[in-house]
Amino acid sequence: MQPIYLDHISATPLHPEVRNAMVEYIQNKFGNPISQHRIGDEAMETLEGARKEVAGLIHAQPEEVIFTSGGTESINHAIKGVALAMGAKGRHIITSNIEHQSVLRSLRMLMKLGYRVTSLPVDKYGLVDPAGLEKAITDDTILVTIMHANNEIGTIEPIAEIGKITRERGILFHTDAVASIGVVPFNVEEMGVDLASMAANQFYGPSGVGALYVRPKTRIAPLLDGGIQEYNLRAGSQNMVGIVGMGKAAELAKKEMFQRMAYLLGLKSAFVEQLLTIDEIVINGHPELSIPNLISFSVKYIEGESMLLMLDEEGVYASTRSACATGSLRASHVLIAAGCDYTAAQGTLIVSFGITNTMEEVEKAFQALKKSVTFLRSMSPLYQKK
Amino acid sequence: MKYSDKVKELLENPHNAGKIENPDGVGQVGNPVCGDMMTIMIKVRDDRIEDIRFETFGCGAAIAVSSVVTDMAKGKTIDDAMKISNKVVAEELGDLPTNELHCSNLGADALQEAIRDYLDRKEGKVRRRKDMKVELISSHEGTCFCPYCNQELLVKGSSCSNCGKPTLDK
Repeated sequence: MQPIYLDHISATPLHPEVRNAMVEYIQNKFGNPISQHRIGDEAMETLEGARKEVAGLIHAQPEEVIFTSGGTESINHAIKGVALAMGAKGRHIITSNIEHQSVLRSLRMLMKLGYRVTSLPVDKYGLVDPAGLEKAITDDTILVTIMHANNEIGTIEPIAEIGKITRERGILFHTDAVASIGVVPFNVEEMGVDLASMAANQFYGPSGVGALYVRPKTRIAPLLDGGIQEYNLRAGSQNMVGIVGMGKAAELAKKEMFQRMAYLLGLKSAFVEQLLTIDEIVINGHPELSIPNLISFSVKYIEGESMLLMLDEEGVYASTRSACATGSLRASHVLIAAGCDYTAAQGTLIVSFGITNTMEEVEKAFQALKKSVTFLRSMSPLYQKK
Repeated sequence: MKYSDKVKELLENPHNAGKIENPDGVGQVGNPVCGDMMTIMIKVRDDRIEDIRFETFGCGAAIAVSSVVTDMAKGKTIDDAMKISNKVVAEELGDLPTNELHCSNLGADALQEAIRDYLDRKEGKVRRRKDMKVELISSHEGTCFCPYCNQELLVKGSSCSNCGKPTLDK
């Protein structure tokens, strides 16, 4: 059987046009964009062309976008870069209980340096309460970092509302939008963000390249010091092949966004409808405020990893938790924060669709899932047959 | 995928999965908070394990371990079955991923619990096994527990910080 890939939240396959653009570049071009000769000028033109596409995707100006090595670097840069640049101005940062590891660990590192972090609770859908966030602001607060779409349960946070608050209070606002940029519309003006992290491998671009949106006049220090690349914010010769891929992927994502969203939502709805025919399944995340390409659910009385393994044998590839948390045996902090009980959290599966998936694949994947659920439940000491 | 072919094969076709009606001994270890829980039921005749079944909530490794330990114990005398340890099971199964070892390798413990339960019943003692309720278990604070002493693991390491037993997690 042809494998069915349902783990697009971990990485998307390259779009054929993206691959062509990258191959074209790697075969014919090289050069450092800041070299002062024609080869350099050509590279600079390619670089700026890609930057324009990425900026276009988020309704920003090209000079507000800096290329990085991916979502993790962008997030580290936003958080640590602001903390470094702010110096004595303040030592308090606000975040939420459901952030990605790169946010949590960047903040943990800052806490060791004496920063204070307030981590906001979420409701059962994983939503942060903007009113609660406003109350958490102190005179010492320098940064608010709240993700846009959650990578484990798909919930979309009220970023625009939070952006309004941070603007009024004059506090910098970063959003980890890795799971959403390129998937759903993102407008830096409407959302009122000062910094936004994104990664190309979420929208059919390559892994190892991402970008950070930086609003003009934002106080942020570089993490990598050296040359003048990326407006003095990220030294080092650019990953040109990756950037070419990201530029193309951004162009396509913008052009096809609504078409893709409608298609993905169709796949997701069909899958969820079938899912609900299995007894004792809990759907995680918000029923409406959610990205169209991901569904998280907990199958009670069985464990997620054994389900994953059985699906793998059937050629269906999904995930149980954030790829970055693989190896941890603990229940997901996101699910626990959203009030899921520990046993159900252990039985969680994340299915994330992509534009190359078909309705037929969704049907096949569901049948494989149903088979493994029935099989594993028959072995579970916790499941009482009804 | 970090699992060996043997583990995958046993997950697809586990031996001795299921229940025994009116078992002579039942052993249950682990808890679902940690991600693994195992119940082993035995039927004994003439001091020999005539039938053995397991029910397991857990990852692929836990199910493979259940399969291996029940295969090993089946047909053995009680005395011989008592010699089956977690270490022997791990060796029989081969390369388990290291962080799966501690929590998943509960098989021999469940077997020993079942044997103890059997011996206790034979002597007319009150049943040792407490019926664990899911509701009670899930009120734990989301931490991982040592399968040997059922204490919370505070530090990850090669031995349990509470009872000192090796975790095989090197």
